[in-house]
Amino acid sequence: MPVRLPFRPRRDAYPADLWTKCPGCAEMLFNKQLDKSLRVCPHCGHHFRIPARTRVAQLIDSGSFAERDGNLQPVDSLAFVDLKAYPDRLLAAQLSTGLRDAAIWGPGTMGGRPVALCVMDFFFIGGSMGPVVGEKITRAGEYALAERVPLIIVSASGGARMQEGTYSLMQLVKTMGIVERVKAARIPYISVMTDPTTGGVFASFAVAGDVNLAEPNALIRFAGDRVSAGTIGEELPVVPRAEFWLSHGFVDRVVPRAQLRDEIIAILSMLIPPSVGGQAESAAPPLARGRSILSAITGALGADNSGESRAVEAGQSRGENSNG
Amino acid sequence: MVDRLLNRHGAADGQADDPVATVWAHVQQARNLKRPHTLELLKYMADEFIELHGDRYFGDDPAIVAGLAKIGGVRTVVIGFQKGQDTEENIRRNFGLPHPEGYRKAMRMMELAERFAMPVLTFVDVQGAFPGAAAEERGIADGIARSVGMLTRLRTPVVVVITGEGGSGGALGLAVGDTVVALENSIYSVISPEGCAAILWRSGEQSHQAAYAMKVTANEQKDLGIIDIVIAEPGEGAHTDPAEMARRIKEVVLEQFEIHGRLTPDELVDARYAKFRPMGPFGLAEQPETPPERPGCAGWIRGILFRRPSLPQFPGTRRAAPANREEV
Repeated sequence: MPVRLPFRPRRDAYPADLWTKCPGCAEMLFNKQLDKSLRVCPHCGHHFRIPARTRVAQLIDSGSFAERDGNLQPVDSLAFVDLKAYPDRLLAAQLSTGLRDAAIWGPGTMGGRPVALCVMDFFFIGGSMGPVVGEKITRAGEYALAERVPLIIVSASGGARMQEGTYSLMQLVKTMGIVERVKAARIPYISVMTDPTTGGVFASFAVAGDVNLAEPNALIRFAGDRVSAGTIGEELPVVPRAEFWLSHGFVDRVVPRAQLRDEIIAILSMLIPPSVGGQAESAAPPLARGRSILSAITGALGADNSGESRAVEAGQSRGENSNG
Repeated sequence: MVDRLLNRHGAADGQADDPVATVWAHVQQARNLKRPHTLELLKYMADEFIELHGDRYFGDDPAIVAGLAKIGGVRTVVIGFQKGQDTEENIRRNFGLPHPEGYRKAMRMMELAERFAMPVLTFVDVQGAFPGAAAEERGIADGIARSVGMLTRLRTPVVVVITGEGGSGGALGLAVGDTVVALENSIYSVISPEGCAAILWRSGEQSHQAAYAMKVTANEQKDLGIIDIVIAEPGEGAHTDPAEMARRIKEVVLEQFEIHGRLTPDELVDARYAKFRPMGPFGLAEQPETPPERPGCAGWIRGILFRRPSLPQFPGTRRAAPANREEV
């Protein structure tokens, strides 16, 4: 596989398709070796960004993933032109990634248990979320809701896609709408944040998992440096990475890539009662089945906010250094 | 620095026929310091208003005000962004840029509205959530996500009025409603024009161009289907006659409360979900997706390992595709 990374080794010294320089420890890594170690640097543990299909292959039981809605295609509804026209950007991204947009989803099995999996791809216009990505996440959630299987979303995104304007902003509403319904129906939702998870993606479904996992050292933040600097003339004193969010109470566990699949399977086996087991379809909890989604939502309303107090207390200890 | 915060970049230079300059003049109008904000509008609209404070976890955010109001005799929960009208008030209100506690206060008020069967009225006028360290580490992303999520399932009518700037996720946290109303001179965008220019053009200088490209004005957003109703502003803009502006808003809001009040809570939540579900057009490619396969044994092995069904199924869910999507 050719390496598509913003950094490349000196052309004369190492051919880019054979060697990759680790940005963590500056070690030269042989690409085949790197692929074997799931694209994690064996010397310093730096996690390289990986394409969506690679991620799916790492997580899912081999051969069990059947991609859905692969034919959804973004449209240039605003006739948007910045330094390049949006259709040109789309075409370039489609040719270089082999994807139609920055996410793929489909049903599959993990450890024999059926799941709905949606994975974002940072290499497609920064993994940005436009209507197609929002639609795929929503459809993954709708599938999870209809089939009563756990929902797993792996985020890798710079945020909402500006080229589709407020339509992209509305994807935050769509995705949060389905996440709320999945949660209210007592279906587990695991959010995995990988490098990077920022902007509108962090501020919608990615932060809202029943369990939030993150890969080590993944950049996770709401406002980017360029926006912060341009708006209030200050940059964050520390770059907020996965470990920062672990200590501030918004991430449950920081999980290295090699353990991610096993950890998700273990969490699912805890969350899903044994009777449901591998046959989630037949053994759904009787209460939520056969009732409207809405009445289930009201039932869950009270329990929904319990995570907040802890989160805010964590913030308190760091003080408010720029308020007012 | 104050100038930059308030985005006083100087008004567009007179070229009335230049579409970019026209849009930028519109942006300037939406950001006019003298425009009436939540509290000023309530002074004219509400028979009675009792402001409530605090999110019960951390503190009270002065950039978001909330309280109980009687508007035309209707008991209402009002939540809105509050910018200041002068520098001193702006410093106290953090230039209208909210922290997470603002959204948590808003959620507390929404929950209150639901329990006591009061409709919710929100006023949106914000450039975006506060992008600094204090907001980030206390979970501004979490605050916005939960607030949006709560609005998608709130069992009481919600009417949103965009009075000035509707910027990014910060605005969206209070902008999910059964009816989204906007004043004529307001703007709504996925990110502030400056933010968009900084990222796509890599220079804040291109903010005029970015505002034009994102189609930020209220009427353009109505054409896109994001905004339902645009209210005309009196005279030169809302700030010239706030009393008249408030009267026009009040009329529309009461009518919308009346319409949505006829639905049962279940119908209401379903209708709100159905309103936002189809937003965002996309096309359907005719050919099923075929990722580029390289010749050689790698492709052959991949073919054995990951058998693909010959054709991706569509639609993948039981929902029929909404009618307003275009085929490409």
